[in-house]
Amino acid sequence: MHDVVRAVPFLLPSVTVPGSCLPLEAKDLVFEAGGKRLIDGIDITLRSGPVTAIMGPNGAGKSLLLRLLHGLLRPTQGEILWSGRPADREIASRQAMVFQRPVLLRRSVAANIHYALDVRGVAPAERRARLDAVLQAARLEHLAERPARVLSGGEQQRLAIARALSMAPEILFLDEPTASLDPASTLAIEELLQQARASGTKLVLVTHDVGQARRLAQEVLFMHRGRIAEQTMAGRFFAHAASAEAQAFLEGRIVL
Amino acid sequence: MQDFAGAFRLAVELITSGDTTLVDIVVLSMRVSLTAVVAACLFGLPIGAAIAVARFPGRGAVIVLLNSLMGLPPVAIGLLLYMILSNAGPLGVMGLLYTPAAMIIAQAVLVTPIIAALTRQVVEDLNTEYDEQLRSLGVKPARAVATLLWDGRYSLLTVALAGFGRAIAEVGAVIIVGGNIAHVTRVMTTAIALETSKGDLALALALGIILVGLSILVNSGVMAFKATAVRAAYA
Repeated sequence: MHDVVRAVPFLLPSVTVPGSCLPLEAKDLVFEAGGKRLIDGIDITLRSGPVTAIMGPNGAGKSLLLRLLHGLLRPTQGEILWSGRPADREIASRQAMVFQRPVLLRRSVAANIHYALDVRGVAPAERRARLDAVLQAARLEHLAERPARVLSGGEQQRLAIARALSMAPEILFLDEPTASLDPASTLAIEELLQQARASGTKLVLVTHDVGQARRLAQEVLFMHRGRIAEQTMAGRFFAHAASAEAQAFLEGRIVL
Repeated sequence: MQDFAGAFRLAVELITSGDTTLVDIVVLSMRVSLTAVVAACLFGLPIGAAIAVARFPGRGAVIVLLNSLMGLPPVAIGLLLYMILSNAGPLGVMGLLYTPAAMIIAQAVLVTPIIAALTRQVVEDLNTEYDEQLRSLGVKPARAVATLLWDGRYSLLTVALAGFGRAIAEVGAVIIVGGNIAHVTRVMTTAIALETSKGDLALALALGIILVGLSILVNSGVMAFKATAVRAAYA
């Protein structure tokens, strides 16, 4: 395992478990709350490889979809299949999620990562190597012993992503990870995500930022009112989006 | 009518001279109440945290009940424990009545609901922040409870302090199960009650001053401790 860590400077691919949990399929996914249908019959397939950006106006259901896929919410109807089977603990352990506002434990930077590795059952002997690798990738080595919650907003989000990546997830969900960050922090985070992608992690990213989607994504899922308006390759989406809503969104008009 | 200034002067003399009766009483008070609070925390912290995290039918009712138990009348608890611990009672054979152990039990029973109810509140607030992240990491419920307790440790210290405040100031329960026996079960509050009724206001006042002083000391200690936690963004 240590050789792998050296070969891939910052992330261990999920070589411990044979077989992939991807593709991820959602079939006729419906989520209702308070008598409202917030996710309205979504059918999608997410394959390993391309970075998928989920875009759409506020209230379209992007974050909800991400939580449903990750298993934080139970769908009212429909099913989610990982390589053809429903999620279980083993599947859950191959995923990670980063939230818009990073949730950091009231402990040091290093302890935050140690905690995740411990929960995921990473052998103690291997933890040190993973910790060093992700801290280096996130450029947080010099802050390892600092309390996590005194870091700046950008550093906190880098730590949240580093913690997620330390678990070597096969798929990483990100809910607007740079929404409230300055350009330098956004750049640092996008570089970190590029590295994660290069080492084989599937990224599914909710973003408002058209520029960020252009920079990172190879595939775009455009949502509107709880439905998928279109799922296209990024190049085609930005050149000429098929749906009227997506065209309006890209032109900066308000999409109702 | 006693001379208040005279009593106060005598009280200060007793404190400064380190009167052995006085010291015995203060030491026993601290021993009983601190032990009771530690015991109450052992039960109250996990109970409160578990209720904060768990979702089950009747949870609302349990919380209402727990909050109501915070106001348990000490004399009622004292009476109940007296009946349990007296020779005729179910635990009479243990011979605990009129011992410090009985007083510790009484105070622990009084303080446990306070610790549990306040812990429930603290942990529930923290859990609104942590819940999704912990579930995303795959943390199991028991581990989540431990994590929330540890990460809420500085706020929970205030909870323990509230419990200590209740224990050290309580008189009704310890006087019933302890019996206020000199050098055995006489604590500050029971001594104050006795000395006042005897008319020895000096000793009562001295104990009163120490009680208030201890309270201020413990509170400022915890405040200072919490301030360092805030600086490290751990609170």
